[in-house]
Amino acid sequence: MSTRTPLIALERVGLGFGDRAPVLQDVSLRVASGEFLALIGASGCGKSTLLRVLAGLQPPSAGKIARLQPESRIGIVFQDATLMPWASAFDNVALPLRLHRLPRAARHERVMAALAQVGLGDRAAARPHELSGGMKMRVALARALVVEPALLLLDEPFAALDEITRLRLSDDLSALQARLGMAVVFVTHAVSESVALADRVLVMARAPGRIMAQFSIDAPHPRHHEFRQSSAYLGKVEEVSAALRQTLQAGDDL
Amino acid sequence: MTTSLRYRMLPMLSVLVLLALWQGLVMALALRPFVLPAPSLILQTLLHDRALLGAAALVTLRTALEALAIAAVGALALALLFVQSPGISRALFPLAVILQVTPVIAIAPLLLIYLSTHAAVLLAAFLVAFFPLLAACVQGLGAVDPGLADLFALSGASRWQELRWLRLPTMLPWFLGGFRVAGGLALIGAIVAELAAGASGAGSGLATVIVESGFQLNIPRMYAALVIISAMGIGLFAATTWLARWLLRHRPEGRQQSWT
Repeated sequence: MSTRTPLIALERVGLGFGDRAPVLQDVSLRVASGEFLALIGASGCGKSTLLRVLAGLQPPSAGKIARLQPESRIGIVFQDATLMPWASAFDNVALPLRLHRLPRAARHERVMAALAQVGLGDRAAARPHELSGGMKMRVALARALVVEPALLLLDEPFAALDEITRLRLSDDLSALQARLGMAVVFVTHAVSESVALADRVLVMARAPGRIMAQFSIDAPHPRHHEFRQSSAYLGKVEEVSAALRQTLQAGDDL
Repeated sequence: MTTSLRYRMLPMLSVLVLLALWQGLVMALALRPFVLPAPSLILQTLLHDRALLGAAALVTLRTALEALAIAAVGALALALLFVQSPGISRALFPLAVILQVTPVIAIAPLLLIYLSTHAAVLLAAFLVAFFPLLAACVQGLGAVDPGLADLFALSGASRWQELRWLRLPTMLPWFLGGFRVAGGLALIGAIVAELAAGASGAGSGLATVIVESGFQLNIPRMYAALVIISAMGIGLFAATTWLARWLLRHRPEGRQQSWT
Protein backbone atom coordinates (compact mmCIF):
# COMPACT_ATOMS: atom_id res chain seq x y z
CA MET A 1 0.00 0.00 0.00
CA SER A 2 3.01 2.28 -0.19
CA THR A 3 1.82 3.76 -3.49
CA ARG A 4 -1.13 5.40 -1.80
CA THR A 5 -0.87 9.12 -1.14
CA PRO A 6 -2.01 10.34 2.27
CA LEU A 7 -5.20 12.41 2.21
CA ILE A 8 -5.75 13.48 5.75
CA ALA A 9 -3.80 13.08 8.98
CA LEU A 10 -4.88 13.54 12.58
CA GLU A 11 -2.12 13.99 15.12
CA ARG A 12 -2.90 13.45 18.82
CA VAL A 13 -6.34 14.93 18.37
CA GLY A 14 -8.39 15.50 21.51
CA LEU A 15 -11.83 16.90 22.12
CA GLY A 16 -13.29 17.75 25.50
CA PHE A 17 -16.18 19.72 26.92
CA GLY A 18 -15.62 21.09 30.42
CA ASP A 19 -14.97 18.69 33.27
CA ARG A 20 -16.39 15.56 31.67
CA ALA A 21 -14.22 12.74 30.34
CA PRO A 22 -12.86 13.79 26.95
CA VAL A 23 -14.91 12.64 23.96
CA LEU A 24 -11.65 12.00 22.08
CA GLN A 25 -8.15 11.63 23.46
CA ASP A 26 -4.82 11.31 21.63
CA VAL A 27 -6.28 10.07 18.39
CA SER A 28 -3.68 9.79 15.64
CA LEU A 29 -4.86 8.57 12.29
CA ARG A 30 -3.87 8.71 8.65
CA VAL A 31 -6.20 8.07 5.80
CA ALA A 32 -4.60 7.37 2.43
CA SER A 33 -6.27 7.71 -0.93
CA GLY A 34 -8.25 4.68 -1.94
CA GLU A 35 -8.20 2.88 1.39
CA PHE A 36 -11.28 1.60 3.19
CA LEU A 37 -11.16 2.24 6.91
CA ALA A 38 -13.70 1.02 9.45
CA LEU A 39 -14.13 2.60 12.88
CA ILE A 40 -15.79 0.26 15.32
CA GLY A 41 -16.68 0.65 18.98
CA ALA A 42 -19.45 0.64 21.57
CA SER A 43 -22.02 3.43 21.65
CA GLY A 44 -20.58 6.65 22.98
CA CYS A 45 -16.96 5.85 22.12
CA GLY A 46 -16.69 8.96 19.99
CA LYS A 47 -16.57 7.27 16.59
CA SER A 48 -19.22 9.54 15.09
CA THR A 49 -17.49 12.56 16.63
CA LEU A 50 -14.21 11.44 15.09
CA LEU A 51 -15.97 11.35 11.73
CA ARG A 52 -17.20 14.91 12.27
CA VAL A 53 -13.65 15.98 13.12
CA LEU A 54 -12.42 14.34 9.90
CA ALA A 55 -15.12 16.20 7.96
CA GLY A 56 -14.06 19.49 9.50
CA LEU A 57 -17.50 19.92 11.07
CA GLN A 58 -16.12 19.74 14.62
CA PRO A 59 -12.89 21.55 15.47
CA PRO A 60 -10.79 19.54 17.98
CA SER A 61 -9.66 21.10 21.25
CA ALA A 62 -6.21 19.54 21.04
CA GLY A 63 -3.89 18.16 18.38
CA LYS A 64 -3.64 18.84 14.68
CA ILE A 65 -5.58 17.97 11.55
CA ALA A 66 -3.81 18.17 8.23
CA ARG A 67 -5.69 18.03 4.96
CA LEU A 68 -2.79 16.84 2.82
CA GLN A 69 -4.67 17.47 -0.39
CA PRO A 70 -6.70 20.55 0.40
CA GLU A 71 -8.37 20.58 -3.00
CA SER A 72 -9.83 17.10 -2.51
CA ARG A 73 -13.52 16.93 -1.68
CA ILE A 74 -15.29 15.11 1.13
CA GLY A 75 -18.65 13.37 0.90
CA ILE A 76 -20.63 12.37 3.98
CA VAL A 77 -23.53 10.03 4.72
CA PHE A 78 -25.23 10.03 8.11
CA GLN A 79 -27.09 7.34 10.01
CA ASP A 80 -30.37 8.78 8.77
CA ALA A 81 -30.68 9.60 5.11
CA THR A 82 -31.21 13.29 6.09
CA LEU A 83 -32.86 14.12 2.80
CA MET A 84 -34.81 17.30 2.23
CA PRO A 85 -38.39 15.96 2.41
CA TRP A 86 -39.70 18.64 0.05
CA ALA A 87 -37.23 17.90 -2.75
CA SER A 88 -37.09 15.09 -5.31
CA ALA A 89 -34.30 12.52 -5.27
CA PHE A 90 -32.73 14.49 -8.12
CA ASP A 91 -32.79 17.79 -6.24
CA ASN A 92 -31.46 16.14 -3.09
CA VAL A 93 -28.50 14.71 -4.97
CA ALA A 94 -27.99 18.02 -6.81
CA LEU A 95 -27.77 19.96 -3.53
CA PRO A 96 -23.96 19.94 -3.02
CA LEU A 97 -23.44 20.95 -6.66
CA ARG A 98 -25.99 23.72 -6.35
CA LEU A 99 -24.24 24.97 -3.21
CA HIS A 100 -20.95 24.91 -5.15
CA ARG A 101 -22.74 27.03 -7.80
CA LEU A 102 -22.30 24.56 -10.63
CA PRO A 103 -24.35 25.54 -13.72
CA ARG A 104 -27.63 23.69 -14.20
CA ALA A 105 -26.58 21.81 -17.34
CA ALA A 106 -23.43 20.44 -15.71
CA ARG A 107 -25.43 19.51 -12.62
CA HIS A 108 -27.92 17.45 -14.54
CA GLU A 109 -25.40 15.07 -16.04
CA ARG A 110 -23.54 14.47 -12.81
CA VAL A 111 -26.68 13.99 -10.74
CA MET A 112 -28.07 11.43 -13.18
CA ALA A 113 -24.70 9.63 -13.20
CA ALA A 114 -24.62 9.53 -9.38
CA LEU A 115 -28.19 8.22 -9.22
CA ALA A 116 -27.33 5.57 -11.78
CA GLN A 117 -24.32 4.54 -9.70
CA VAL A 118 -26.55 3.70 -6.76
CA GLY A 119 -29.15 2.00 -8.99
CA LEU A 120 -31.78 4.75 -8.78
CA GLY A 121 -31.50 6.19 -12.27
CA ASP A 122 -35.23 5.69 -12.80
CA ARG A 123 -36.34 7.26 -9.50
CA ALA A 124 -34.94 10.77 -10.00
CA ALA A 125 -38.37 12.40 -9.68
CA ALA A 126 -39.46 10.48 -6.55
CA ARG A 127 -39.85 12.35 -3.26
CA PRO A 128 -38.22 10.86 -0.15
CA HIS A 129 -41.57 9.75 1.31
CA GLU A 130 -42.17 7.69 -1.80
CA LEU A 131 -38.92 5.74 -1.33
CA SER A 132 -38.09 2.80 0.95
CA GLY A 133 -35.50 3.13 3.73
CA GLY A 134 -32.83 1.45 1.61
CA MET A 135 -33.60 3.68 -1.37
CA LYS A 136 -33.35 6.79 0.81
CA MET A 137 -29.89 5.68 1.94
CA ARG A 138 -28.96 5.16 -1.72
CA VAL A 139 -30.05 8.73 -2.48
CA ALA A 140 -27.91 9.95 0.44
CA LEU A 141 -25.00 7.93 -0.93
CA ALA A 142 -25.52 9.41 -4.41
CA ARG A 143 -25.54 12.89 -2.87
CA ALA A 144 -22.16 12.14 -1.26
CA LEU A 145 -20.77 10.65 -4.48
CA VAL A 146 -21.92 13.48 -6.75
CA VAL A 147 -19.09 15.76 -5.62
CA GLU A 148 -16.62 13.04 -6.72
CA PRO A 149 -15.11 12.87 -3.26
CA ALA A 150 -11.57 11.75 -2.56
CA LEU A 151 -12.79 10.86 0.91
CA LEU A 152 -16.20 9.39 1.69
CA LEU A 153 -17.31 9.47 5.33
CA LEU A 154 -20.09 7.10 6.36
CA ASP A 155 -21.65 7.26 9.83
CA GLU A 156 -23.42 3.94 10.45
CA PRO A 157 -25.28 4.40 7.19
CA PHE A 158 -26.98 1.00 7.28
CA ALA A 159 -27.83 0.89 10.99
CA ALA A 160 -31.52 1.60 10.51
CA LEU A 161 -32.04 -0.90 7.68
CA ASP A 162 -33.16 -4.51 7.67
CA GLU A 163 -30.59 -7.30 7.29
CA ILE A 164 -31.18 -8.07 3.60
CA THR A 165 -31.03 -4.40 2.59
CA ARG A 166 -27.88 -4.00 4.69
CA LEU A 167 -26.12 -6.85 2.92
CA ARG A 168 -27.08 -5.61 -0.51
CA LEU A 169 -26.02 -2.06 0.25
CA SER A 170 -22.68 -3.11 1.70
CA ASP A 171 -21.98 -5.27 -1.38
CA ASP A 172 -22.84 -2.27 -3.55
CA LEU A 173 -20.65 0.00 -1.46
CA SER A 174 -17.71 -2.38 -1.82
CA ALA A 175 -18.19 -2.46 -5.59
CA LEU A 176 -18.55 1.33 -5.82
CA GLN A 177 -15.40 1.89 -3.81
CA ALA A 178 -13.43 -0.55 -5.94
CA ARG A 179 -14.66 1.18 -9.10
CA LEU A 180 -14.37 4.84 -8.06
CA GLY A 181 -11.27 4.42 -5.89
CA MET A 182 -12.07 7.01 -3.20
CA ALA A 183 -10.96 6.57 0.39
CA VAL A 184 -13.75 5.54 2.75
CA VAL A 185 -14.04 5.95 6.51
CA PHE A 186 -16.93 3.83 7.68
CA VAL A 187 -18.30 4.06 11.23
CA THR A 188 -20.15 0.95 12.38
CA HIS A 189 -20.97 -1.08 15.44
CA ALA A 190 -21.18 -4.35 13.48
CA VAL A 191 -17.96 -6.39 13.50
CA SER A 192 -19.00 -8.52 10.51
CA GLU A 193 -19.70 -5.41 8.44
CA SER A 194 -16.36 -3.81 9.32
CA VAL A 195 -14.34 -6.91 8.41
CA ALA A 196 -16.33 -7.57 5.24
CA LEU A 197 -15.73 -4.08 3.89
CA ALA A 198 -12.53 -2.55 5.24
CA ASP A 199 -8.80 -2.72 4.54
CA ARG A 200 -8.18 -1.54 8.07
CA VAL A 201 -10.39 -1.86 11.16
CA LEU A 202 -9.78 0.53 14.06
CA VAL A 203 -11.28 -0.53 17.37
CA MET A 204 -12.22 2.35 19.66
CA ALA A 205 -12.84 2.43 23.42
CA ARG A 206 -14.92 4.94 25.25
CA ALA A 207 -14.54 7.45 28.11
CA PRO A 208 -12.20 8.79 26.87
CA GLY A 209 -12.71 7.92 23.22
CA ARG A 210 -9.48 6.54 21.81
CA ILE A 211 -8.13 4.00 19.34
CA MET A 212 -7.29 0.74 21.12
CA ALA A 213 -6.40 -1.68 18.35
CA GLN A 214 -5.91 -1.88 14.63
CA PHE A 215 -6.38 -4.79 12.21
CA SER A 216 -5.51 -5.12 8.55
CA ILE A 217 -7.81 -7.12 6.31
CA ASP A 218 -5.86 -8.18 3.24
CA ALA A 219 -8.39 -9.21 0.66
CA PRO A 220 -9.00 -7.67 -2.74
CA HIS A 221 -11.98 -5.41 -3.51
CA PRO A 222 -14.75 -5.70 -4.44
CA ARG A 223 -15.45 -8.37 -1.90
CA HIS A 224 -18.17 -10.80 -2.75
CA HIS A 225 -20.36 -13.16 -0.86
CA GLU A 226 -17.63 -15.87 -0.90
CA PHE A 227 -15.31 -13.71 1.18
CA ARG A 228 -17.85 -13.67 3.99
CA GLN A 229 -17.58 -17.45 4.18
CA SER A 230 -13.76 -17.75 4.00
CA SER A 231 -11.78 -18.80 7.03
CA ALA A 232 -9.67 -15.63 6.73
CA TYR A 233 -12.86 -13.57 7.18
CA LEU A 234 -14.14 -15.61 10.10
CA GLY A 235 -10.74 -15.48 11.80
CA LYS A 236 -10.61 -11.68 11.54
CA VAL A 237 -14.15 -11.35 12.85
CA GLU A 238 -13.07 -13.37 15.88
CA GLU A 239 -9.96 -11.20 16.42
CA VAL A 240 -11.84 -7.92 16.10
CA SER A 241 -14.62 -9.17 18.37
CA ALA A 242 -12.07 -10.14 21.02
CA ALA A 243 -10.48 -6.68 20.85
CA LEU A 244 -13.91 -5.07 21.08
CA ARG A 245 -14.75 -7.18 24.15
CA GLN A 246 -11.54 -6.00 25.77
CA THR A 247 -12.50 -2.37 25.32
CA LEU A 248 -15.79 -3.12 27.05
CA GLN A 249 -14.00 -4.76 29.99
CA ALA A 250 -11.50 -1.92 30.19
CA GLY A 251 -14.20 0.73 30.19
CA ASP A 252 -16.80 1.36 32.86
CA ASP A 253 -19.74 -1.01 33.10
CA LEU A 254 -22.30 -0.71 30.32
CA MET B 1 -75.68 7.26 -2.05
CA THR B 2 -72.32 5.81 -1.00
CA THR B 3 -71.37 5.56 2.65
CA SER B 4 -68.47 7.98 2.29
CA LEU B 5 -70.67 10.58 0.59
CA ARG B 6 -73.27 10.17 3.32
CA TYR B 7 -70.47 10.58 5.87
CA ARG B 8 -69.32 13.77 4.21
CA MET B 9 -72.87 15.14 4.17
CA LEU B 10 -73.21 14.69 7.94
CA PRO B 11 -72.07 18.20 8.98
CA MET B 12 -74.44 19.80 6.49
CA LEU B 13 -77.24 17.57 7.73
CA SER B 14 -76.76 18.67 11.34
CA VAL B 15 -76.95 22.34 10.28
CA LEU B 16 -80.13 21.68 8.30
CA VAL B 17 -81.72 19.88 11.26
CA LEU B 18 -80.84 22.78 13.54
CA LEU B 19 -82.34 25.31 11.11
CA ALA B 20 -85.53 23.25 10.77
CA LEU B 21 -85.90 23.05 14.56
CA TRP B 22 -85.32 26.78 14.83
CA GLN B 23 -87.91 27.54 12.14
CA GLY B 24 -90.39 25.16 13.77
CA LEU B 25 -89.86 26.68 17.21
CA VAL B 26 -90.40 30.25 15.99
CA MET B 27 -93.56 29.24 14.12
CA ALA B 28 -94.95 27.05 16.91
CA LEU B 29 -94.48 29.68 19.61
CA ALA B 30 -95.33 32.55 17.21
CA LEU B 31 -92.23 34.42 18.35
CA ARG B 32 -91.96 38.06 17.24
CA PRO B 33 -89.02 38.85 14.92
CA PHE B 34 -87.39 41.20 17.45
CA VAL B 35 -87.31 38.31 19.96
CA LEU B 36 -86.03 35.61 17.62
CA PRO B 37 -86.29 35.88 13.83
CA ALA B 38 -86.93 32.67 11.90
CA PRO B 39 -84.20 31.43 9.50
CA SER B 40 -86.56 32.22 6.61
CA LEU B 41 -86.77 35.85 7.73
CA ILE B 42 -82.97 36.05 8.11
CA LEU B 43 -82.63 34.77 4.57
CA GLN B 44 -85.15 37.36 3.37
CA THR B 45 -83.21 40.08 5.18
CA LEU B 46 -79.97 38.86 3.61
CA LEU B 47 -81.52 39.23 0.17
CA HIS B 48 -83.35 42.48 0.90
CA ASP B 49 -80.39 44.27 2.56
CA ARG B 50 -77.82 42.76 0.24
CA ALA B 51 -76.43 46.10 -0.95
CA LEU B 52 -75.84 47.39 2.57
CA LEU B 53 -74.61 44.07 3.95
CA GLY B 54 -72.42 43.36 0.93
CA ALA B 55 -70.69 46.74 1.14
CA ALA B 56 -70.10 46.28 4.87
CA ALA B 57 -68.84 42.71 4.35
CA LEU B 58 -66.39 43.93 1.74
CA VAL B 59 -64.97 46.49 4.18
CA THR B 60 -64.51 43.88 6.92
CA LEU B 61 -63.06 41.26 4.59
CA ARG B 62 -60.63 43.73 3.04
CA THR B 63 -59.46 44.85 6.44
CA ALA B 64 -58.96 41.26 7.61
CA LEU B 65 -57.06 40.29 4.44
CA GLU B 66 -54.89 43.40 4.56
CA ALA B 67 -54.09 42.74 8.21
CA LEU B 68 -53.30 39.10 7.42
CA ALA B 69 -50.97 40.06 4.59
CA ILE B 70 -49.12 42.68 6.65
CA ALA B 71 -48.90 40.27 9.60
CA ALA B 72 -47.49 37.50 7.38
CA VAL B 73 -44.82 39.71 5.83
CA GLY B 74 -44.00 41.40 9.14
CA ALA B 75 -43.81 38.15 11.10
CA LEU B 76 -41.52 36.57 8.52
CA ALA B 77 -39.25 39.62 8.43
CA LEU B 78 -39.02 39.83 12.21
CA ALA B 79 -38.46 36.07 12.56
CA LEU B 80 -35.58 36.27 10.05
CA LEU B 81 -34.11 39.11 12.10
CA PHE B 82 -34.50 37.03 15.28
CA VAL B 83 -32.72 34.07 13.70
CA GLN B 84 -29.84 36.23 12.48
CA SER B 85 -29.42 37.98 15.80
CA PRO B 86 -30.24 36.36 19.14
CA GLY B 87 -29.74 39.76 20.80
CA ILE B 88 -32.60 41.34 18.86
CA SER B 89 -34.73 38.29 19.61
CA ARG B 90 -34.09 38.68 23.35
CA ALA B 91 -34.87 42.39 23.21
CA LEU B 92 -38.05 42.25 21.14
CA PHE B 93 -39.70 38.93 21.95
CA PRO B 94 -41.13 40.11 25.32
CA LEU B 95 -42.77 43.05 23.53
CA ALA B 96 -44.42 40.66 21.10
CA VAL B 97 -45.67 38.59 24.04
CA ILE B 98 -47.07 41.66 25.84
CA LEU B 99 -48.98 42.62 22.70
CA GLN B 100 -50.26 39.07 22.39
CA VAL B 101 -51.55 38.70 25.95
CA THR B 102 -53.27 42.10 26.08
CA PRO B 103 -56.83 41.59 24.79
CA VAL B 104 -57.43 43.49 21.58
CA ILE B 105 -60.83 44.65 22.86
CA ALA B 106 -58.98 46.58 25.57
CA ILE B 107 -56.56 48.17 23.11
CA ALA B 108 -59.12 49.03 20.41
CA PRO B 109 -60.66 52.13 22.10
CA LEU B 110 -57.20 53.63 22.51
CA LEU B 111 -56.29 52.91 18.91
CA LEU B 112 -59.51 54.62 17.82
CA ILE B 113 -58.48 57.75 19.70
CA TYR B 114 -55.05 57.96 18.09
CA LEU B 115 -55.79 56.71 14.58
CA SER B 116 -58.38 57.00 11.84
CA THR B 117 -61.11 54.36 12.09
CA HIS B 118 -59.75 52.31 9.21
CA ALA B 119 -56.17 52.44 10.50
CA ALA B 120 -57.28 51.52 14.02
CA VAL B 121 -59.33 48.54 12.85
CA LEU B 122 -56.49 47.40 10.59
CA LEU B 123 -53.95 47.67 13.39
CA ALA B 124 -56.19 45.74 15.81
CA ALA B 125 -56.64 42.93 13.29
CA PHE B 126 -52.90 42.94 12.59
CA LEU B 127 -52.06 42.71 16.30
CA VAL B 128 -54.05 39.52 16.85
CA ALA B 129 -52.91 37.89 13.61
CA PHE B 130 -49.25 38.74 14.06
CA PHE B 131 -48.19 36.68 17.06
CA PRO B 132 -49.16 33.17 15.95
CA LEU B 133 -47.41 33.86 12.66
CA LEU B 134 -44.29 35.15 14.39
CA ALA B 135 -44.18 32.13 16.72
CA ALA B 136 -44.66 29.75 13.78
CA CYS B 137 -41.91 31.43 11.74
CA VAL B 138 -39.41 31.45 14.62
CA GLN B 139 -40.08 27.79 15.40
CA GLY B 140 -40.03 26.77 11.76
CA LEU B 141 -36.76 28.56 11.01
CA GLY B 142 -35.20 26.79 13.99
CA ALA B 143 -36.57 23.33 13.13
CA VAL B 144 -33.76 22.57 10.69
CA ASP B 145 -32.49 18.97 10.51
CA PRO B 146 -29.01 19.08 12.12
CA GLY B 147 -27.68 16.56 9.58
CA LEU B 148 -28.78 18.78 6.71
CA ALA B 149 -27.23 21.79 8.46
CA ASP B 150 -23.94 19.83 8.63
CA LEU B 151 -24.22 19.02 4.96
CA PHE B 152 -24.69 22.69 4.09
CA ALA B 153 -21.67 23.58 6.24
CA LEU B 154 -19.58 20.86 4.59
CA SER B 155 -20.48 22.24 1.16
CA GLY B 156 -19.40 25.71 2.23
CA ALA B 157 -22.92 27.14 1.87
CA SER B 158 -23.32 30.88 2.37
CA ARG B 159 -25.84 32.23 4.88
CA TRP B 160 -28.13 33.18 2.03
CA GLN B 161 -27.89 29.69 0.50
CA GLU B 162 -28.70 28.12 3.85
CA LEU B 163 -31.70 30.41 4.25
CA ARG B 164 -32.96 29.91 0.71
CA TRP B 165 -32.47 26.16 0.38
CA LEU B 166 -32.79 24.93 3.95
CA ARG B 167 -34.39 27.26 6.48
CA LEU B 168 -37.23 28.69 4.41
CA PRO B 169 -38.37 25.31 3.01
CA THR B 170 -38.16 23.81 6.52
CA MET B 171 -40.27 26.69 7.84
CA LEU B 172 -43.00 26.49 5.20
CA PRO B 173 -45.34 23.96 6.91
CA TRP B 174 -45.00 25.83 10.21
CA PHE B 175 -45.72 29.14 8.50
CA LEU B 176 -48.81 27.76 6.78
CA GLY B 177 -50.07 26.34 10.08
CA GLY B 178 -49.69 29.79 11.63
CA PHE B 179 -51.32 31.36 8.58
CA ARG B 180 -54.44 29.22 8.97
CA VAL B 181 -54.83 30.29 12.59
CA ALA B 182 -54.00 33.92 11.80
CA GLY B 183 -56.65 34.08 9.06
CA GLY B 184 -59.43 33.46 11.56
CA LEU B 185 -57.82 35.73 14.13
CA ALA B 186 -57.49 38.64 11.69
CA LEU B 187 -61.24 38.46 11.09
CA ILE B 188 -61.92 38.39 14.84
CA GLY B 189 -59.55 41.32 15.39
CA ALA B 190 -61.24 43.36 12.67
CA ILE B 191 -64.72 42.60 14.05
CA VAL B 192 -63.74 43.46 17.62
CA ALA B 193 -62.22 46.79 16.59
CA GLU B 194 -65.25 47.52 14.40
CA LEU B 195 -67.52 46.87 17.39
CA ALA B 196 -65.56 49.43 19.38
CA ALA B 197 -65.71 51.86 16.45
CA GLY B 198 -69.42 51.19 15.92
CA ALA B 199 -70.14 52.03 19.57
CA SER B 200 -68.87 55.54 18.88
CA GLY B 201 -70.88 55.82 15.67
CA ALA B 202 -67.92 55.46 13.32
CA GLY B 203 -66.88 52.65 11.01
CA SER B 204 -68.49 50.90 8.08
CA GLY B 205 -67.85 47.16 8.53
CA LEU B 206 -70.17 44.28 9.38
CA ALA B 207 -69.72 44.69 13.12
CA THR B 208 -70.75 48.32 12.76
CA VAL B 209 -73.90 47.11 11.01
CA ILE B 210 -74.55 44.79 13.97
CA VAL B 211 -74.13 47.63 16.50
CA GLU B 212 -76.31 50.05 14.50
CA SER B 213 -79.01 47.45 13.86
CA GLY B 214 -79.02 46.76 17.59
CA PHE B 215 -79.69 50.42 18.30
CA GLN B 216 -82.59 50.24 15.82
CA LEU B 217 -83.85 46.92 17.24
CA ASN B 218 -83.46 45.46 13.73
CA ILE B 219 -82.77 41.97 15.06
CA PRO B 220 -83.11 40.10 11.71
CA ARG B 221 -80.40 42.31 10.20
CA MET B 222 -78.12 41.57 13.16
CA TYR B 223 -78.55 37.88 12.46
CA ALA B 224 -77.99 38.40 8.74
CA ALA B 225 -74.68 40.18 9.44
CA LEU B 226 -73.73 37.35 11.79
CA VAL B 227 -74.40 34.78 9.06
CA ILE B 228 -72.09 36.65 6.71
CA ILE B 229 -69.34 36.86 9.34
CA SER B 230 -69.56 33.09 9.89
CA ALA B 231 -69.45 32.46 6.17
CA MET B 232 -66.38 34.68 5.83
CA GLY B 233 -64.66 32.84 8.68
CA ILE B 234 -65.38 29.49 7.05
CA GLY B 235 -64.25 30.85 3.69
CA LEU B 236 -60.97 32.16 5.10
CA PHE B 237 -60.26 28.85 6.81
CA ALA B 238 -61.05 26.89 3.65
CA ALA B 239 -58.90 29.20 1.52
CA THR B 240 -55.87 29.00 3.84
CA THR B 241 -56.27 25.22 4.14
CA TRP B 242 -56.43 24.90 0.38
CA LEU B 243 -53.33 27.09 0.03
CA ALA B 244 -51.44 24.93 2.56
CA ARG B 245 -52.47 21.75 0.76
CA TRP B 246 -51.40 23.12 -2.58
CA LEU B 247 -48.04 24.43 -1.41
CA LEU B 248 -47.29 21.22 0.49
CA ARG B 249 -48.68 18.88 -2.16
CA HIS B 250 -45.32 17.16 -2.69
CA ARG B 251 -44.68 16.57 1.01
CA PRO B 252 -46.07 13.95 3.34
CA GLU B 253 -47.52 16.75 5.50
CA GLY B 254 -49.49 18.03 2.51
CA ARG B 255 -52.15 15.40 2.69
CA GLN B 256 -52.47 15.79 6.44
CA GLN B 257 -53.85 19.32 6.08
CA SER B 258 -57.36 18.44 7.17
CA TRP B 259 -60.45 20.51 6.40
CA THR B 260 -61.91 19.99 9.81
